[in-house]
Amino acid sequence: MSWNDLALRVVLVIIIPFVGIFLGLLYKGFDRKITAMMQSRIGPPWRQPFRDVSKLFMKENIIPDNAVPWIFNGAPIAALVAAFVALVYLPLGPFEPVMEGYGDLILVLYLLAIPAVAMAFGGLASGSPYATVGAQRELVLMMSYEFPLAIAAVTIAWRYGSFSLGVISSDPVWNLVGSMGAIGLVLVLTTMVAVLPGELSKVPFDQAEAETELAGGILVEYSGRNLGIFYLAEVVKMIVVGTLMIALFFPHNISDWYSFGGPEFAGLVVADTLLDVGFFLLKLLIIIFSSVSLIRVAFSRFQIDRASYFYWVPMTIIGLLGTFLVVLEGVI
Amino acid sequence: MKFTKTFDKALWVFHLNSGSCNGCDIEIVAAITPRYDVERFGIKLVGSPRHADVLLFTGPVTRKMKSRVLRVYHQTPDPKVVMVIGNCGSTTGVFYDSYAIEGPIDTLLPKDAHIIYVNGCPVRPENIINGVKEAWLHLEKLRGDNR
Repeated sequence: MSWNDLALRVVLVIIIPFVGIFLGLLYKGFDRKITAMMQSRIGPPWRQPFRDVSKLFMKENIIPDNAVPWIFNGAPIAALVAAFVALVYLPLGPFEPVMEGYGDLILVLYLLAIPAVAMAFGGLASGSPYATVGAQRELVLMMSYEFPLAIAAVTIAWRYGSFSLGVISSDPVWNLVGSMGAIGLVLVLTTMVAVLPGELSKVPFDQAEAETELAGGILVEYSGRNLGIFYLAEVVKMIVVGTLMIALFFPHNISDWYSFGGPEFAGLVVADTLLDVGFFLLKLLIIIFSSVSLIRVAFSRFQIDRASYFYWVPMTIIGLLGTFLVVLEGVI
Repeated sequence: MKFTKTFDKALWVFHLNSGSCNGCDIEIVAAITPRYDVERFGIKLVGSPRHADVLLFTGPVTRKMKSRVLRVYHQTPDPKVVMVIGNCGSTTGVFYDSYAIEGPIDTLLPKDAHIIYVNGCPVRPENIINGVKEAWLHLEKLRGDNR
């Protein structure tokens, strides 16, 4: 690796978190606006999340007397940093991942678990019974959705024979399978769509926060800056999960089908890239709409045991069936 | 503590029933339904006073609720605004000579609390939204004084 290359990567690693925060808050705003429109409300303006965060960073930061301060303050930062690091390993639109190597996918799956664990630790350290109940629910839910998520990831990785996200996103998985494999992939995709709201603690699976029963659950004692950092971690995680889903299932680019011109015209290459970036943002919007906004409006909160059952039994069976079909076709 | 402009546009609200008859409480819920939809002003109902910017107190403060009202007030991070919803909270209303009432709320809270009164028995959702407008005017006036 040359010095130029290294310098470029360092700069990108510094820039990407800001891109993640901006996109996350933007999509959160769209999510709230679209949700409001589906409920025949007017809804907040799309820039509302930016206002919320800037307000939270201005508020007083209270640390309860019976909290453990270093865990209580460290948990939000750990959650946010893990989300940033996961974003660095993912291919954003037409661009290659900034950091790559072997087993990126496994690393990203572990990094996705860290925000949830950090939230649980923060809840347990805040010394409130509501937060303790919320933390237990978060851990139960995490144990439930991790297995279907791992099934989806492993199925895709098996087809490529590689855990590298650069390899996986270079060629859409749908091109590698026949009709039986495609049915299997649709089943695996269903699992992934069902895992997304759980991963993001959105409405049918927001038992850990559950404002109406646990008064904010895990976050009950958090205020001001710490709450703002958790807010940012949540929105960045939304982008991470959406991008992961795009990288696994829909890494298509407009330039695969249509291109303005050859590499000899720099301006046309830039136009191609911009078109691909726009297409990526559109895919992200569609994924966030279909697996966050739509499900959030259509369902109400499950009981924690039913949520756990939902992931452990129906989703695991569907996922394993999909894997079976993909592997069977590959073996035949 | 300073009230910046973004504070106005992102008010997170915590609602505490301090001995109300539930009349004002259901009107608060009516204000967040699609018909009135206060979320379009960035107002969100939150479950914990730690997340709140605005405390909605409904009802004359009963003896049992006095300590809770004060505790919730002190649990809320600064800067914060109190909105007293309904006649009971601002004057104790029809319960004015009851032995069980400690209110009105403004006699209990610290003298530097920013209190907005919304009257009605029960208040109408339109009046609650008007109260939010009054709160914005109050905060604008405060910012003008600070300058």
